[in-house]
Amino acid sequence: MRNQGGWLRSFSVLGLAFLYLPIAVLMVFSLNASRLSATWQGVSWQWYEMLWRDEALRTATGNSLLVAGISTVIVLLLGVPAAMGLERIRSRWRGFLEPIFLLPLVIPEVMMGVALLMLFVVLQMPLSLATVMIGHAAFNLPVAIVIIRARLQKLDPRLLEAAYDLGATPWQGFRRITLPLLFPALLGAMLLTFTISLDDFIVTFFVAGPGATTLPLKVYSMIKSGVSPEINALSAVLVMASMGLVGLSLLFQRR
Amino acid sequence: MADLSIDIRTLIKRHGATLAVDHVTLGVRRGEFFSILGPSGAGKSSLLRMLAGFETPDSGEIFIDGQLMAGVPPNRRPVNLVFQSYALFPHLSVAGNVAFGLEMKRIPRGEIEARVAATLELVQMGDKRDRRPGQLSGGEQQRVALARALVNRPAVVLLDEPLAALDQQLRQQMQVELKSIQAQVGITFVCVTHHQEEALALSDRLAVMHQGQVVQVGRPQDLYESPATHFVAQFIGTSNELRGTLRDPHVGQAILTCDHPGLSGKVRVAMPSDLQSGAAVALILRPERVRLASNGEGTAFDNAVPGTVEALRYLGSGWRCVVRITEQIAWTIHLPNHANGLVPWKVGDPVSVQWNVSDGTVLPLP
Amino acid sequence: MMAPSAIARKARKEADGNATAWLLAPGVLWTVFFCLLPLSVIFLVSCATRGTYGGIVWDFSLDNYRDLLHALYGRIFGQSLLLASLTTIICLAMGFPLAYYIARLSPRRQAVWLVLVMVPFWTNFLVRTYAWIFILRTEGLMNTVLLKLGLISAPIEILYSNTAVVLGLVYGYLPFMILPLYAAIERVDRSLIEAAWDLYADRWSVFRRVLVPLTKPGIVAGCVLVFIPSLGAFITPDLLGGARSMMVGNLIQHEYLIARDWPLGSALSMVLMALVMGAMIWYFRAQSAADGKRRAS
Repeated sequence: MRNQGGWLRSFSVLGLAFLYLPIAVLMVFSLNASRLSATWQGVSWQWYEMLWRDEALRTATGNSLLVAGISTVIVLLLGVPAAMGLERIRSRWRGFLEPIFLLPLVIPEVMMGVALLMLFVVLQMPLSLATVMIGHAAFNLPVAIVIIRARLQKLDPRLLEAAYDLGATPWQGFRRITLPLLFPALLGAMLLTFTISLDDFIVTFFVAGPGATTLPLKVYSMIKSGVSPEINALSAVLVMASMGLVGLSLLFQRR
Repeated sequence: MADLSIDIRTLIKRHGATLAVDHVTLGVRRGEFFSILGPSGAGKSSLLRMLAGFETPDSGEIFIDGQLMAGVPPNRRPVNLVFQSYALFPHLSVAGNVAFGLEMKRIPRGEIEARVAATLELVQMGDKRDRRPGQLSGGEQQRVALARALVNRPAVVLLDEPLAALDQQLRQQMQVELKSIQAQVGITFVCVTHHQEEALALSDRLAVMHQGQVVQVGRPQDLYESPATHFVAQFIGTSNELRGTLRDPHVGQAILTCDHPGLSGKVRVAMPSDLQSGAAVALILRPERVRLASNGEGTAFDNAVPGTVEALRYLGSGWRCVVRITEQIAWTIHLPNHANGLVPWKVGDPVSVQWNVSDGTVLPLP
Repeated sequence: MMAPSAIARKARKEADGNATAWLLAPGVLWTVFFCLLPLSVIFLVSCATRGTYGGIVWDFSLDNYRDLLHALYGRIFGQSLLLASLTTIICLAMGFPLAYYIARLSPRRQAVWLVLVMVPFWTNFLVRTYAWIFILRTEGLMNTVLLKLGLISAPIEILYSNTAVVLGLVYGYLPFMILPLYAAIERVDRSLIEAAWDLYADRWSVFRRVLVPLTKPGIVAGCVLVFIPSLGAFITPDLLGGARSMMVGNLIQHEYLIARDWPLGSALSMVLMALVMGAMIWYFRAQSAADGKRRAS
């Protein structure tokens, strides 16, 4: 397909442009001085200053970081042993447990949201930041398990045998061999679940209690009340933050 | 029994329906280089893993240094294993790998440093102590794996196909080194291999395994010169064989009547004391125990069989000559290099293959 | 008599099994409690009755499912399936050439392109959707530019329509299509394509007779990965769609949070779940068929 090279290349570059143009446009116009945001009237940082002074936004950001942090810790504490268990268990049981663990990956987000909402209603648990954390940990657990297992499967089982042979107890084998070799995957899983949690809107939308506003909830209500240069600036900040996290995770995975 | 490093008594291990290890009884003496030799699937890996504690016997006992090993996990056994794939920890340096076992035993830091340094010197890796395993060549990884086992001063070092991952030249060099290191440290080495030349070159004694059973234990020369079974004769070294039936036993000798079409004449063989007349046997002759003469010359040997030179290969130390005896039988014969690398025959020449009764070994066929 | 080693072995196996069970127990309990249990609750609620002021009355019947037969719901389900299918087809048409191009680059460039494809996926979905509002709305960037250039005389009204919804969905889920396709194409031996070429196949035949059959598992995976979230989409139709672009996700949200008819909303969720499971079963069938073929050859 030699002659197709040029055609394919232009098409692919256009495809990439399609993915990046909208984001780029937002970032450029976040610096626009005009409130009528579609026409360019010079560079200004005023919208970023407005964001900085927005008290509600700061609270929402704090909430989001708290939720992402705690749900990520829950996910790792549950996910690492579960991934190890799934690698050790006999295949008949694995065939049974695997789909259960992976189920949240295929459930539509809206459904996950309402299902958790109904659970909390039936259990009469008041909606709060805690319910948001539980929700995020629930849909992020399989994400972490998939990443950690992929790495575990690549580990040479002889390494652990070698450690036992050299006098290590199972716990020492885990601490000194498995954990260090698993570290890149743990970091990758951590960053991914943290990002997904930080970005989640739908599940949060259903299970967040009054006052438990996270950043995406805040963004949503801002968008609902109309286009404004302040949202452009906020979007730019979020995009930069995501890219920073991606860069970080790539950096760690390369090592 | 105090001189035994390893004492295995009627050990049995099943893998599904097959007996991977079948009533094995074996003793390894303190300080010797002992090899377990056999084709793949003979059960030697299983035996090694039971010694290391990664597999549990179905029945039988293993004593290491006089201690019963039943229920003792790998991390509490006085043995260390050199893995076939080396299994070096990729996230630790060379020194970190070697220190691992000592750290697990909570040896004081200073002593660890000293022992690691000394052991790395022993395997000539002193200058690469801070490298990662990924930065080492195959031979260097092998040395680190060996050092990681030796540094713990175990009762026994177990080696799983230690040289299999190396190329031919490195292999020969490492054979020599392995042997000299073992002699220096005086620790019992038990090596599992399917490579018979390696086993013969390295071992003080070796055991040949076949289908889960130990078929013969002895020094290399014992196994080569007087194989106990037809399998051992075939597996160790090159062997020429002649199959037939024993007839007319008379003062320690007998006549072998051959089943091969196209082979006339009687072959005189030694009569094994444990066999009866009429037994189906194979006569085994090593390549260097057979002589060639030009056809028609008189002979001073007990046996002479006619054949045709089929191939000649110059080895430096001599010639490897293939002689076709019948349609089914071709023998390999080693001709020593006596003068200027010359042989009096060329391919296609008729020759007479000759040997004495005492040159051959008679073994019953299964 | 049982040899002591046999007893020890049995004990060790049991200890090993126990350790594995302890490793798995917390995760299993968590998943059962916060995933399986909520799904069961939804099922139960879907068979209950709405109270006068919202809430649930545990009066079991299948009335909610019967109510779903109403034409309005049928139209919304039909529209959701249509929009999700359309999104999937467009993603496939766009994704295949892109994935093919990436798979034929040098390994270094492949890595760069893959990261470039992945980065938008890591970016906040709301932000990405909002970008299209900013571009498409009546006084938005596209219309402003086109009007200034004199290419149009009146603004184009795309926002708040099904077109905008499909555009938003394609934009959101295109990476999900490209990645599995790339993985599948990358695995195809280049010499197979050259062999077809050598055997007089033209470009179209190479694509249809060699490339598509060999990459089928990737195609199916990509389609499922795009179709499932598109079908259950909420943000995109909510922000980019008009009054007539409602999809199942919006309907469920509406029944729960606005109409406060939890039983009906639950019944809707169950139907959505059934559709998703259908897609998943199709996916696993196709994958295991492909696996079987690979093993046979």
